[in-house]
Amino acid sequence: MSSKPVQLEFVRHPKAIQAITDSLLMIKRSSTHIIRNRDQLIGTFFQPIMFLVLFTAVFNAVGLALPKDISYLDFLMAGIIVQTVAFGSTTTSIAVANDLQRGIVDRFKSLPMSNIAVLNGHVISDVFRNGISTAVMLGAGVLFGFRPEASITDWLLIVGILTIFTLAFSWLSAIMGVLAGSVEGVQWMSFLIVFPLTFASGAFAPTSSLAEWIRPFAENQPITHVIEAVRGLMIGTPIGDHGWIALVWCIGTIIVAMPIAAWLFKRKTIKV
Amino acid sequence: MAGNDAIVVKNLKKSYGKNNVLKGINLTVKRGTMLALLGPNGAGKTTTVRIMSTLLGFDDGTVTIEGHDVGTSSDDVRSVIGLTGQSAAVDEILTGRENLEMMGRLYRLTRQSAKARAQELLEQFDLTEASNRSVKTYSGGMRRRLDLAVSLIATPPIIFLDEPTTGLDPRSRIAMWDIINQLKADGKTILLTTQYLEEADQLADNIVVIDGGKVIAEGTAKSLKSKVGKDRLELTFAKMSQLEAAKKLLGKSVIDSSDQDKTLTVVIVDTNKDVASALTALSNAAVPIESMAIHKPTLDDVFLSLTGKAKKSSNGDEKTAKKGKK
Repeated sequence: MSSKPVQLEFVRHPKAIQAITDSLLMIKRSSTHIIRNRDQLIGTFFQPIMFLVLFTAVFNAVGLALPKDISYLDFLMAGIIVQTVAFGSTTTSIAVANDLQRGIVDRFKSLPMSNIAVLNGHVISDVFRNGISTAVMLGAGVLFGFRPEASITDWLLIVGILTIFTLAFSWLSAIMGVLAGSVEGVQWMSFLIVFPLTFASGAFAPTSSLAEWIRPFAENQPITHVIEAVRGLMIGTPIGDHGWIALVWCIGTIIVAMPIAAWLFKRKTIKV
Repeated sequence: MAGNDAIVVKNLKKSYGKNNVLKGINLTVKRGTMLALLGPNGAGKTTTVRIMSTLLGFDDGTVTIEGHDVGTSSDDVRSVIGLTGQSAAVDEILTGRENLEMMGRLYRLTRQSAKARAQELLEQFDLTEASNRSVKTYSGGMRRRLDLAVSLIATPPIIFLDEPTTGLDPRSRIAMWDIINQLKADGKTILLTTQYLEEADQLADNIVVIDGGKVIAEGTAKSLKSKVGKDRLELTFAKMSQLEAAKKLLGKSVIDSSDQDKTLTVVIVDTNKDVASALTALSNAAVPIESMAIHKPTLDDVFLSLTGKAKKSSNGDEKTAKKGKK
């Protein structure tokens, strides 16, 4: 031991505040992971641009079915942002599965820390990352000719809806991350869930133009509501009931998924 | 509450379905001493440590750590223990220093304390140079040192070391032994699991031998070894006539001889005296020795003598390794 041992001072906070401090530490950890993972960072910046370029090029003909004053790019923006955010949220499940495969979970479990903090860290840093992706995408969209008509209030509402949507999807992802046995497994699981949900929606074409058998699903599933709400706020298409239905779906998902994820995580780490 | 006992385990039972992993373990560790939990793969060592460190539930019995019950006050237990497991439980992407500071904060240290303590541990564990590098660039030995440093961050009085040297090269192993001895000198209560008798012998005050989820022997290294078997001197000769002559000279201390290898095995109690007298006897009678070797009792010998069957000390995962019979 060194000659002058460090005198240690301990923090004594009530449990609820400890949970917040622990979560902040875990957010810092997960964000550091994102920043230091170069491949993922490149994905964060370039995937939105790639999607935007490809979809506008491939689905341009869809624009013919739209009202005259709406270009396909204007229509697409909301859909592609929500799709990117949905795919982006699945990195939470990868991060959670990764933690569970390593000894680090034992360490966290043997600490006097809050149980849910580890998951909070992954989920919330994912919201940050999705925010960056969305900003990049909007910037690229504007470069390509996207002309939103939203006011400041509209933009705040858009940010709010997208944040709550990301949180909801990330908490679902966290559940998948705990349930899947491996990182590979979790990638397949998220793909099989997110792909149909985002494509069978109003993301890339008006739901009225979809095949008849899929239309009832596409018109009523939560992602369509989120997309229509965001689209309405961005370019002034009618929002109708989409806004509040989207909020109910997302908040409901968070309320249900969060305790389930936390419970599963605790069970998984303690029973191995 | 527990008097001088830092760790008290009573009749601990744990099963996975029909598989009884622990069949009633009893052990006590006095404050400031080191206990080695010695046993082959699959004996239940890791399961016992995981239960004691609140990572795993159990079916029956009681576990008390510094007076706190593991079953009912796990948070109190967690604040007095440090755990170093078989796989280094550190964050691969963060640097060594970031790991220490983060864990320090999670142990409820203030920001300043966590920083200062991290620096102190980096110096103590010879990791200063690598402190700002991502852990994924560390060698196996460095990872283990960092892992141990992390578990010491809040200076817990009780430390669990689950096979701290398994998989390390000899140099790293000796460095780890030095560190563990230093912890002991600092007055920590340590529970160490190992499958190496030599390690238990070098480090621990007391040894509990477990096998098949039961304690099959306990005591000091010395008392166990005397129970287990003595050191043996193995003498090899060039000619059969020399072997025969040596057999006559050494008489009743010969426990084994092999005509094929022209080898005699002699039991020795006091290494200095017995080896010297055996060699003197041979040299006085002008019986030349071709080669000689001294064998310490091995883990196999422990089990041979304690259970009457030899265990295969393979290096596999504790959970998956099959217990083989030789």
